[in-house]
Amino acid sequence: MKGPWERVVITGVGAVSPFGLGADLLCAKIGQGECALGPLPGGDRVKDLGVKAAGLVPEIDAKSIPRTFRRSMSPMGIFACLAAREALSNARLEDYPHDMGLAVGTTMGSPQTMTEFFSEYLSRNGFGNLRSTTFFKIMGHGVASSLALSLGLTGRTLAPSAACVAGLLAIGLGYETIASGRAQVLLCGGAEEFDVLTALTFDHILAASHHPDPAKASRPFDLDRDGLVCSEGAGLLVLESLPQALSRRAPIVAEITGFATNTAPANLVHPDSESIAQCMAQALDDSGLTAADVQAINAHATATVEGDRAEGRAIEKIFGSQTPVNSFKGQLGHTMAASGALELILSISMMNNNCFLPTRNLETIDPECGSLRLPKESQKCMISAIMKNSFALGGVNASLIIEKYEA
Amino acid sequence: MPEKIWKTVASAMIEEFELEPGQMVPEARIKDDLGLDSLDVVDMVIVLETAFDFKIQDKAALKKIITMSDVVDFIVATMAAEKVEAAGG
Repeated sequence: MKGPWERVVITGVGAVSPFGLGADLLCAKIGQGECALGPLPGGDRVKDLGVKAAGLVPEIDAKSIPRTFRRSMSPMGIFACLAAREALSNARLEDYPHDMGLAVGTTMGSPQTMTEFFSEYLSRNGFGNLRSTTFFKIMGHGVASSLALSLGLTGRTLAPSAACVAGLLAIGLGYETIASGRAQVLLCGGAEEFDVLTALTFDHILAASHHPDPAKASRPFDLDRDGLVCSEGAGLLVLESLPQALSRRAPIVAEITGFATNTAPANLVHPDSESIAQCMAQALDDSGLTAADVQAINAHATATVEGDRAEGRAIEKIFGSQTPVNSFKGQLGHTMAASGALELILSISMMNNNCFLPTRNLETIDPECGSLRLPKESQKCMISAIMKNSFALGGVNASLIIEKYEA
Repeated sequence: MPEKIWKTVASAMIEEFELEPGQMVPEARIKDDLGLDSLDVVDMVIVLETAFDFKIQDKAALKKIITMSDVVDFIVATMAAEKVEAAGG
């Protein structure tokens, strides 16, 4: 268990998702069981691409971001900026301290800009008409730096670039930073933008769904699942030390009480069930809770055959078969680096509404995923603690525990 | 001032840098009045090259540009030099 660290609370959340702008919209649509996935535009123009679905953010007006900041923002930078504004507003931190820092993760630099950059570079053997700010969108910390610039932040900038675990990893790093007393408030989360290159990459390694119906394509834990559906968006959360939040009477929506991250070096793509179980056990140890104290698990569960099985077996090992488990990816698809943050926002909503939500498209549970409790309907139940998992290619795992705040 | 060139420059500047038409006056200073910084000036060159379909070779001359009027003068001079070059002069 951790030492006498500062307690860390979440005081505001913001989201841009394939449903559109706003955390309330995201939570409402997920609560209603809606699916955010649609046809993949232009997919038929890409040779050998079998993917038919994607979760794209509807067109949003970014003109409220001044041009001097917007010019260096990739699409996911814009998503993150709009989500950050919402999070600060919900945290009643419009007059935020400018020495605030941030921890925002992305899978990698902007894939859309990389495609544009290399198309121009390779066809013209030069920069051609590329704008001066192109490179800033490709930088690994491009989203974090453009966010810091647009908000005028002078605190630390942490930008984990760790594929699909990046968002939850950033939140975990933020939690540890505040808990250790090195910062009072941090903006944390993750952002992702869709590019057909991403879908093609997952298709190439046989991890993407080919299902023709977008509404049925993403099927976590289902026997008939055939891979993940790529999506985009951004989730940002305001993390504060409890004394700081109390001193300004901030609206506390949850407390982060445990976090762990580890690595399974045995295989680049296949998740390691034992390593995932260790990660969840370490997060429980960090929180001081036992498995019996956790009332819900929001799984990473991307709907790949191997990933869901490894996570399911790990959950069964640590929690047994009674704790309800779900995945939001049946509705949202895999928002990659944004998934940890967006799904944590949904988990907070689930906890505060005492309503466990089912996994969309889960019809026949794959028995190889272990003996899990995977409800197929919404359930009203008291939820005081949730574990959220995120994992990434390269064997990086992260587990985070939130609890209802109690003085 | 050649009106056609002025209109093309003003239109390109308004579009690229989201400026107001009312800001497009000959005496407007690129940096101090229109708010462009060094990165914007790089993009201004790209935009002007596209608008007038030529390549600006004399990048050093760009440093002397202060106002919108200077931009137009620079374009006129560049086009005249191109004509001379095309004529084999």
